Amino acid sequence: MTGSSESSGRLLEVEDLSCEFVSDAGIARVLQGVNLTLDKGSTLGIVGESGSGKSMLMKSILGIAPRTAKVTGRVIFDGVDLSTMKEGERRKFLGRRIGIVFQNPMTSLNPVVRVGRQIEEAGRYHFGWAKAEGRRIAIELMASVGLPDPEECYTQYPHQFSGGMKQRIMIATALACKPDLLIADEATTALDVTVQKNILDLLQTIQQDRRMSMILVTHNLGIVAGRTDETAVMYGGRIVECGPTESLFLDPRHRYTEALIGAIPRTDQPAHTRLRVIPGRPPEQLRPIPGCPFAPRCSVAEARCTESTPPVQSGADARHTFVCYVPVGTIGPGAAAATTTPAGASTEVI
Amino acid sequence: MDPQPAGETPVAGQAPSEGYLREDALLKVRDLRVTFRRGHRTMEAVAGVSFDVARGETLGLVGESGCGKTTTGRAILRLLPHENSSMSGSIVFEGTDLGPIPNSAMRHVRRRLQMIFQDPLSSFNPRRKVWDIVGEGLVIQGVNRKEIAERTDAALVDVGMSRTMVEGRRPHQFSGGQCQRLAIARALALGPELIVCDEPVASLDVSVQAHVINLLQDIRERKNLALIFISHDLAVVRNVSDRVAVMYMGKIVEIGEADKVYARPAHPYSRTLLEAVPMPDASVKLKPGRVAGEMPSPSSPPSGCRFRTRCPRAQQICTDVEPPLRPMPQGQWAACHFPHDEPAPGVIGTASKDSATAAS
Repeated sequence: MTGSSESSGRLLEVEDLSCEFVSDAGIARVLQGVNLTLDKGSTLGIVGESGSGKSMLMKSILGIAPRTAKVTGRVIFDGVDLSTMKEGERRKFLGRRIGIVFQNPMTSLNPVVRVGRQIEEAGRYHFGWAKAEGRRIAIELMASVGLPDPEECYTQYPHQFSGGMKQRIMIATALACKPDLLIADEATTALDVTVQKNILDLLQTIQQDRRMSMILVTHNLGIVAGRTDETAVMYGGRIVECGPTESLFLDPRHRYTEALIGAIPRTDQPAHTRLRVIPGRPPEQLRPIPGCPFAPRCSVAEARCTESTPPVQSGADARHTFVCYVPVGTIGPGAAAATTTPAGASTEVI
Repeated sequence: MDPQPAGETPVAGQAPSEGYLREDALLKVRDLRVTFRRGHRTMEAVAGVSFDVARGETLGLVGESGCGKTTTGRAILRLLPHENSSMSGSIVFEGTDLGPIPNSAMRHVRRRLQMIFQDPLSSFNPRRKVWDIVGEGLVIQGVNRKEIAERTDAALVDVGMSRTMVEGRRPHQFSGGQCQRLAIARALALGPELIVCDEPVASLDVSVQAHVINLLQDIRERKNLALIFISHDLAVVRNVSDRVAVMYMGKIVEIGEADKVYARPAHPYSRTLLEAVPMPDASVKLKPGRVAGEMPSPSSPPSGCRFRTRCPRAQQICTDVEPPLRPMPQGQWAACHFPHDEPAPGVIGTASKDSATAAS
């Protein structure tokens, strides 16, 4: 990890980013007023369950949200405001400076094109690499992501590689243009734990060697813990808590973050430990409530929680922010009371 | 050390030499081998595993994809595709050897031996109504209509649902967690004594996963059910299992009481797996560690110990001699020439500090 002290300024700034889909069924608000900053050379983890909007946030930042999506707000990358850019301009600008690795390498890689060619493709487009140059760089990249025998790999097809190796090819592809920011969107979700660890280690090494910034998007809290400088927790299209990773895990303040950490089975707990459950169901995007999206499932929710959005507060560390009226540690019952089911949610079955 | 060739592991009918096996268990699997054929090539997915499950006990079966854990689970229920697979060894359930019995008799056994699959949506017929799906097993068993209705309702109640919640609805109208509950209800309706759960929570979100795990635990306790819990997630297996079997390339490399295996994993592979589990613990910064390598092709497994190509402790003997399962000082059994004896990284109480040293 490069510490934030080493970094020199902001790389990415997201201001009040919202995204909605309008359909006959109504307006689905997928992102609601997301604010986010990322310093140069630092790593950010974005954690959320399915439907929390984490992937849509990445797509909205990159400008690759579906055309039917209405995206508002500002995205500033290295001092350049992307929201005013035209699509072609943005593609030229971002394609070179942001690399992205998605969850399923098989749907990202073209099955009928040799992998070497796929790795150099972006460089040919952005830098006009000649054939020999592209080949040389692609082989270098393949070696740097730990593919054995890169010369031979260059002419092979994606199906000839295992899942972990395919993901390494995707990483090489994302690194081709020497990006300033690498986004890994659930990049290790489909992999075995041992392979997942190898890939995460590789990403970490690359990030440090190249002094890149990195965003790890995942549903797995265990992946961001210990591997990122900062973590943002998403719920119902909002960032509910954000801060230095250590502070967020040791001292979670938002009720959702706390509940989520408690719901994870751990290898250091004895057998048959009862897991903490979060009652109720994830919020419906078509019917967002005016207040905190977690209020209907929260054990300490008050009337104001459902009526208005809580203000952004910060903890002892000013960088640790959370959006909650009754954060953890402010009132008595705390964790013990949080396991009880709030009224109204008891009949719901997940 | 008393290395013996793999062929001397207990075969069907013979008394097992391994002391971890119990003759009075509910399910006894002895020297199970499953081979898949593809054209002229064959691949041994399960290469001689022996284990058993007692009444009311949960056995966790862990390993990476391709290690044969799902094949083992399916073999127990005789659910393997018979056109390209062959099976040997014995599977004895409540004293009946399931190998030679005809399909009609197997159908009777399935009343007491059920399975839950990873993706409930793909194991449900999307055009059928959920209530019928849950009761389908009973129809196949020839139970009369009145009883089907009663038992289906009871099974739904067991999983925290009710007839009014499901009546007239089809699978797509339920969330992933609800579908997994329905899959559990479908298995429970038959009143089984053992359920093989194949990755039952792998496709669920963390908060939903917690619900389903707690539910399975409650039901297991209430009905004294035995479970075989197949999963790649060591943390989930830790939570649910009394005993654990770690599989690698078709073989059990370590088996024993979960507390012991997790406290002091003896086989280097068990350690590799345990160290790779991402822990929600940010008090330590992880540093990129040793590259554990990837599983070699299962069609041509390495000689000797199958893990030796990835093992940090491997020596010449590991190439030459396949290590048999042997008892470890802590009580579990492991197949390794150079087993570990020190506590696991990240055991109770020392979680944060040790997981850092393990990763570095």
